[in-house]
Amino acid sequence: MTETVADTAAGLPGYPSPRAAGCPFDPPPALRPPHADRPVSRVRLWDGTQPWLITRHADLRTLLNDPRVSADSTRDGYPHRSASMQGSDPATQTFLSMDDPEHARLRRMVTSPFAIRKMEALRPSIQKIVDDLIDAMLAGPRPVDLVEAFALPVPSLVICALLGVPYEKHDFFQRNTRVIVRRTSSPEEVAAANTALVDYMDDLLGDKLAHPADDLLSTLATERVATGEMTRREAARMGNLLLAAGHETTANMIALGTVALLRNPDQLARLRDTEDPKAVAGAVEELLRYLNITHSGRRRVALEDIEIGGETIRAGEGLIFANDIANRDPDAFPGPDRLDLSRDARRHVAFGYGVHQCLGQPLARVELQVVYSTLYRRIPTLALDTPFEQLEFKHDGLVYGVYKLPVTW
Amino acid sequence: MRVEVDQPKCVASGQCVLAAPDVFDQDDDGIVVTLNDRPDTGLHDDVREAAALCPAAVISLVEK
Repeated sequence: MTETVADTAAGLPGYPSPRAAGCPFDPPPALRPPHADRPVSRVRLWDGTQPWLITRHADLRTLLNDPRVSADSTRDGYPHRSASMQGSDPATQTFLSMDDPEHARLRRMVTSPFAIRKMEALRPSIQKIVDDLIDAMLAGPRPVDLVEAFALPVPSLVICALLGVPYEKHDFFQRNTRVIVRRTSSPEEVAAANTALVDYMDDLLGDKLAHPADDLLSTLATERVATGEMTRREAARMGNLLLAAGHETTANMIALGTVALLRNPDQLARLRDTEDPKAVAGAVEELLRYLNITHSGRRRVALEDIEIGGETIRAGEGLIFANDIANRDPDAFPGPDRLDLSRDARRHVAFGYGVHQCLGQPLARVELQVVYSTLYRRIPTLALDTPFEQLEFKHDGLVYGVYKLPVTW
Repeated sequence: MRVEVDQPKCVASGQCVLAAPDVFDQDDDGIVVTLNDRPDTGLHDDVREAAALCPAAVISLVEK
């Protein structure tokens, strides 16, 4: 007799699932092969729906490039993260949850500033931001919360300069972004935070239209809004997306990466003692692979029936791509649970894969290369000022990391 | 080896430029351009890596 989906629901692992106690860097064991009995299997979401979970590196790369797989969150069957995301107004969608050609049209409006050459040109100013913050830390009292004093200000200062957002407003946008990325926020709280941010960005675009400067918001205002290609509201949502994505992600990589390196002193020494930019770049890729701060899965829905891993995913069924687990796939990365800064980790999927792969990745790379190659050299005695076991990890966050990181030296 | 790129599909991730800077570059919008579509043998590994890293599978290699 054929089992129905409902019959098996009770035995399905929930998504997200908890990490193992004492293993804050490793993905949830209940979701990892070989514990999951089949390479492609279902999970149970907050609303009782049972989308497919894709965990193998090769499967993830194949399907995230498959035009039969849609990112459109307004389609039936899309596996929403929470009630607040499901209930969000379709008019507030960004290109993150659109398919081509609309996705490509909007994304191409903002690719220019992230070209590799332009990121390299930013490197000296990022280095200065990093050095100035370290100077301030060294001149101040100990212990200090590395998140507040360093990890958050570095990417916030950088993305503010790139977009043309006054950094003095950082309390406002960091507070509202925090509400949006917290899984426990109510739909009303998320909507209010979103509206506050987009209203602010809308006003700022008005200023840029009147007084354009050399920044991305001015370019959007004068080349896209003034020409009628985009409404001011659309540009505001895009600016808001870039601002949030630009600081939450890198900030968590800096703090969580520091925790992981302090727990792996041999690896930290390797990073501290190298002068080779290629070795630093390789270390960044490995930390991206190992840490997986985007631990909430890439969400999609199938447009047609798709055969994969001996299963048939039906049209209209949801898919979750666990890039955190794919980055620990032993077929792609031997000894995957070991942090090894000397490995070639470039094929990691920490930035996702397919046409939606992270737009800001060239910026993140340069920021992390500067941070990781500077912080531990300038403060070689950097150490936790709290027992590792007492650190609070962002288990409830859309983006993973630590809430606070008390350090001394 | 001949290198072909499908520019309309490019998503400007920049990974090809990092993997094989002698063969790939970006235009003002970050879209891939080839600097050399018949790279020397010594560059082939880098070019293959660039093709593998490209998230939108824009780079195709005609090996001969």
